Amino acid sequence: MRKKLVTRIILHFLIILSILIVSLPVILSLIISTQTPAEVYSSPPKLTPSGNFSNYVDAWKSVNLGRMMLNSTFIAVMVTTGKIILSVLAAFAFTHFEFKGKNLLFFLVLVTLLLPIPVRIVALFEVVRSFHWIDTFWGLIFPFLASATGTFLFIQRFKMIPVELLDAAKLDGCSPLYYLWKIVIPLSGNTIGALVVIEFIYIWNQYLWPLMATNSKEMRVVQIGIKMLTQTETMNNWGIIMAGVMICMVPPLIVFFIMQESFMKGFALASEK
Amino acid sequence: MESYFKNKWLPYLLLLPTFIILIVFLFYPAFETFRLSFYKVHPFGIKKIFAGLYNFKKLFRSSDYIYSFKISFIFSIFVVIGGLFISLLIALLLNQDLKGQRIYRSFLIWPYALSPAISGAIFRFLFNPANGYLNYFFKAIFGFEPAWLTNGSLALVIITIAATWKNLGYNIIFYLAGLQNVQKEALDAAAIDGAGPVKRFVFITFPLLSPTTFFLLIMNLIYSYFSSFGLIDVLTEGGPANATNILIYQLYRDFFINSKTGYAAAESLVLFSLVVLLTLVQFKTTGRKVHYQ
Repeated sequence: MRKKLVTRIILHFLIILSILIVSLPVILSLIISTQTPAEVYSSPPKLTPSGNFSNYVDAWKSVNLGRMMLNSTFIAVMVTTGKIILSVLAAFAFTHFEFKGKNLLFFLVLVTLLLPIPVRIVALFEVVRSFHWIDTFWGLIFPFLASATGTFLFIQRFKMIPVELLDAAKLDGCSPLYYLWKIVIPLSGNTIGALVVIEFIYIWNQYLWPLMATNSKEMRVVQIGIKMLTQTETMNNWGIIMAGVMICMVPPLIVFFIMQESFMKGFALASEK
Repeated sequence: MESYFKNKWLPYLLLLPTFIILIVFLFYPAFETFRLSFYKVHPFGIKKIFAGLYNFKKLFRSSDYIYSFKISFIFSIFVVIGGLFISLLIALLLNQDLKGQRIYRSFLIWPYALSPAISGAIFRFLFNPANGYLNYFFKAIFGFEPAWLTNGSLALVIITIAATWKNLGYNIIFYLAGLQNVQKEALDAAAIDGAGPVKRFVFITFPLLSPTTFFLLIMNLIYSYFSSFGLIDVLTEGGPANATNILIYQLYRDFFINSKTGYAAAESLVLFSLVVLLTLVQFKTTGRKVHYQ
């Protein structure tokens, strides 16, 4: 049904208003990040951006942000890739084979949803320490490689692939791994896209585990860098702190905006069937 | 699917990498954490003495812990109710048949990409006493400046707002996905029968969304209990005077700062019981619908 013009104008107005309210904290931070200390402390507050981009340089240097960006990017890329590979393999096993103990193994994957990091952090720390993995990339990557979310999303997707394809492949004598590589994976682009967004953002935004599992400057990740930036508040230079915060937001936002179409499609698939 | 590949070993081989990770980094640490909660552990882990329920008794006699429990409860209730209410409103707006919705959608769900720590830093700036924008406008309008982050109750309000804001994108995504499953025919039929937009929402849309709402309820509870750690560490560090010291922050302090291993393990077990309880509630009510709808 076509809406009346007035209704449409009101709806547009309400949506734009919501966008402004939701974005306001970031917009204000962005403005501050371009101001000189004098402008930051002016009264009434200056609500327009200025040209003091040296804040970004200072933030980058003050806590060694470059190294942290590298660390976070490396960890997020490795975990995302690893998780996708492991959950594709697991989901393929659950959907394309019959084997003893299938239900039990599936149940065990399901149970991991009940075991977020805080529930096992005490002994996880001991395990990683006994491997001598504290303050290494291994300790930040390996504990995250298995994923119930990924396995479930792929199971849902794989179940929707027409059985005829599998029957035809079997008739042609196609091996399971060849079928997985040539048929199943190419048909799962949106699910992979959705998982790239979910996992990259999840790992990039991790805080508690990297805080405990690293201690040298060289191994710190971006989120801990944000905390370190706010601790330079004794200098009270909010321009520099907010410049740092803006830098740390960029990579996950890039991933989000590039992948958002397949992310939304992968999601709709997940909730429809 | 009824057709399968025939192979005895391959499925186990495919599952092997996942299960190695699960056993080493999930099942064993969880089991070991639960075991340690019944032990008194020497600060450097050299000596362990079985202590039965000692840690749990100590935990529930600690006024700090009880207080932390209360704070977490209040915090999570407001994060869940506020977050779901606002996200549902926004998702309803985004679900209207309008031009430009795809662009609007991107600009309303992007906070999904923000981290709790970033949200903490931004709100620390907005509410800081020296040059926070909010102080200035508050003073201009009401004539005084509240001590936002040094007053316990206000600090709790601020971490609640910051946590709710950060999770809006996530909630909107799920509500949008849920709304797409609400059949248009039912709504059109109701409209022809003379039901207004409000009536249609109350009697058709909202009941059909209940699986999504319930799923989000649980996910937001888990989020507020576990994932808000970074936000609190950057924004308040649990202060002032423990006013924002939620359970996960207390656990971090006891384990990492104070090295009370057995005691912290007991706190983990309490958190685990909470997760299990919430999951059971979800499963008993609408869990099935959420997974298999």
